[in-house]
Amino acid sequence: MWLKDSSIGRKLVMSISGLALVFFLLFHGAMNVALVFSEEAYNWICEFLGANWYALVGTLGLAGLVVLHFVYALYLTVQNRLARGKDRYAVTAKREGVEWESENMLVLGFVVIGFLVLHMANFWFKMQFTEIMHILGAHDFSVSEFAPTDGAGLVKALFTTPIWGQVYCVLYLVWLVALWFHLRHGIWSALHTMGFNNLKWMKRVKCIGTLGATLVVGLFAVVVFYYLGYGIGELCAQAPAVVEAVEVIETVPVVDSVEVVVDTVQTVVL
Amino acid sequence: MDQHIDIKVKVWRQAGPKAEGHFETYELKHIFQGASFLEMIDILNEQLISEHKDPIAFDHDCREGICGMCSMYVNGHPHGPDSAITTCQLHMRKFKNGETITIEPWRSRAFPVIKDLMVDREAYDKIMQAGGFVSVNTGGIPDANAIPIPKADADEAMDAASCIGCGACAAACKNGSAMLFVSAKVSQLALLPQGKVEAAARAKAMVAKMDELGFGNCTNTGACAAECPKEVSLANIARLNREFLCAKLKD
Repeated sequence: MWLKDSSIGRKLVMSISGLALVFFLLFHGAMNVALVFSEEAYNWICEFLGANWYALVGTLGLAGLVVLHFVYALYLTVQNRLARGKDRYAVTAKREGVEWESENMLVLGFVVIGFLVLHMANFWFKMQFTEIMHILGAHDFSVSEFAPTDGAGLVKALFTTPIWGQVYCVLYLVWLVALWFHLRHGIWSALHTMGFNNLKWMKRVKCIGTLGATLVVGLFAVVVFYYLGYGIGELCAQAPAVVEAVEVIETVPVVDSVEVVVDTVQTVVL
Repeated sequence: MDQHIDIKVKVWRQAGPKAEGHFETYELKHIFQGASFLEMIDILNEQLISEHKDPIAFDHDCREGICGMCSMYVNGHPHGPDSAITTCQLHMRKFKNGETITIEPWRSRAFPVIKDLMVDREAYDKIMQAGGFVSVNTGGIPDANAIPIPKADADEAMDAASCIGCGACAAACKNGSAMLFVSAKVSQLALLPQGKVEAAARAKAMVAKMDELGFGNCTNTGACAAECPKEVSLANIARLNREFLCAKLKD
């Protein structure tokens, strides 16, 4: 089978699976943006997709694509390491025109897939998985205070809870930065591997890669920044209460223990 | 102005294909910056011979940048730090007084070391033998314009044909891929009417041989084109991919 046995065939599998995942991300990102405009609209989308047969087929297809892309990445990397031979170069210089991300696609891929696991635990487990359990008969299966169709409530809770919400926002932004670098090389490289490139189009194809990566990541980032701002706004609204708490602590002549401070903060702020 | 400099040269020494290799550092005094890099190695070898030591084995032939023999990885770059030249065209004015210059052989599974800086690049010949030619005798040079060829195609074919098969692309590639070489050889023929007839079969045969010989998979980092002494373009790789995929889809 030439898709497995020839180098260009293996790269074609990487290209097609990668591009298909990019299209999925565009679709996913476009749905997320609904959150910024209307929570109701987003929940309607959650209900529409949920655990319907088409959503399940899609999910299985996506899982297959991720596994294919991941397995081929490992296979190609092992082959490429072997092709370098047993002795490594003592000196390797930076080369002009060689982008950093192009040489670190596997590492970036690991970062992306690592955060994907976190993301699945944060949302998929509490939404589609819960619905699947309900369909299978486990009606009281629940891992979240939010209904599986209340996606907006779940997102808002994760990203706006004081401190933890902001931590999640930053984590997701780190994920998006890694994804941006991965796609910036991935998109143009996939088109190049599929043969859609020539001398004239070289710059254009690279530009398409950068634009595509920015569009995908931008769609997701807008939502994260929206909730980051929302969460920080909430924190600021509590700021007077914190100031008050500090004043109360200062009136305590001698702070006997840390617990006194914690108790005071908790009673005043929360 | 070119001056005389004192340098240290850290060279990979390996007695034979099976032997363990190691680095050896030599001091060289009063090297004229106008000397070529290979002349500097010649001076070093003279010095080694006078000390009754084994001279450094290295490939070289034309010393004017057209044969592609001088395979040296100098300070982390195939053919040294200058761009668009071979090692023999590199001059000592690219180096500073007191500098330590590291010289390594090409390191790639498909290019095993024969001795010191000399590697076996027969793999490239084998890829050429697999299909890098036109099977029939196309006769003498036809009259100009007897076969119309667009100027752009002729230029691109000529640029691809400037590949001298030195191996710098595979040596520079983090994946040890020979795609730039193979794509240049496929392109120079696929772009012209005489070569177009066999383009599909050629692409399949040459890629199959390249994979068989243990070269890696191209990930489009562009290190090959950045280091190519003849500045062969990465666009050739897209053409090879296109030729290969179209041929496979037709099967």
